[in-house]
Amino acid sequence: MTAALFLAQRLSAAVLAVAVTMHLATIIHAARAGMTAADVFSRTRGNVAFLILYGIFVLAVAVHAPIGLRNVLREWTPWRGRGLDIALAAFALLLLALGLRAALAVFLA
Amino acid sequence: MTDTDAPLAVEVWRGAAAGRFQTFQVARSANQTVLDVVTNIQRDQDPTLAYRFACRVGMCGSCAMVVNGRPRWTCRTRVAAALGAASVLRLEPLRNFTVVRDLAVDMRDFFDKWQAAKGHFEPSADPAADFAVVPPGSPQRQAADAGIECIGCGICHSACDVVAWDRDYLGPAALNRAWTLVNDVRDRGNAARMDAVSAASGCHLCHTHMSCTQFCPKGLAPTYAIAGLKRAMVARALGRKP
Repeated sequence: MTAALFLAQRLSAAVLAVAVTMHLATIIHAARAGMTAADVFSRTRGNVAFLILYGIFVLAVAVHAPIGLRNVLREWTPWRGRGLDIALAAFALLLLALGLRAALAVFLA
Repeated sequence: MTDTDAPLAVEVWRGAAAGRFQTFQVARSANQTVLDVVTNIQRDQDPTLAYRFACRVGMCGSCAMVVNGRPRWTCRTRVAAALGAASVLRLEPLRNFTVVRDLAVDMRDFFDKWQAAKGHFEPSADPAADFAVVPPGSPQRQAADAGIECIGCGICHSACDVVAWDRDYLGPAALNRAWTLVNDVRDRGNAARMDAVSAASGCHLCHTHMSCTQFCPKGLAPTYAIAGLKRAMVARALGRKP
């Protein structure tokens, strides 16, 4: 289990390195090009490639953040065991649900 | 540095977890080591001072202490080098250990972790009948050689922040020993060893701060040994032989 979490954290970090760069580059481009929200939505609405890319981004966040947070909590608090794992699994699901909801909203906007 | 210089002021930790620093004045001498200073205090000024040493030549690993904030082997550390620009020598017991008294710490937890990491040679119930031929240039032998000179002084354990944060963490010395054995082609205990170092308190907790590598008096690099264990752990999780 430990090895699987370790591997999942590294693999998701690799995905995030690309996804965050893509995300920031998109924001900078949109801002510098003076695009309005309507301009952005006109490009993302119904764009399956956008939905897939941001779906992967959200999935990587939902995998990466809870594992890192679990390590931080283990180091800085006495919290251990099943309670911690359940809480962070719930946190992962929350991130996944909120992230996918946001990506879907932009896709359907 | 000569005997005619002003005496050296030395602050020494007295007590256990709770205690205070006591200041001594010690005559300086040429090429004086920190262990010379402690021995001087114990023999000439206060015989109740508790500390530990044996070989005095950097082999046994028993005289490690925190000297002016840094973990060091005191028998091979000259006072002048430890002082730097400071004027006072401050001696404390190793960090991350339970203090028995003064400068002596309890090493049990440290060596228990070596056992927990399966840091011992395992010949199995059916050991090889003949001598094993291990070419000195083979990658496994070289990886084992890189960490084999550990003297068990506990300096890396004292320097490690992850040990300070998580007292269950096996620590750099135990993991370094485990990695030498993972690379020992004669050993038959790797399944249990990899289970041990992949468990919740295992190698993945290392943050790669490299304090262990920075302070190891033997110039070993436990950080790289731990990185090797992480690779082996992942390879094993993916079903590959490490």
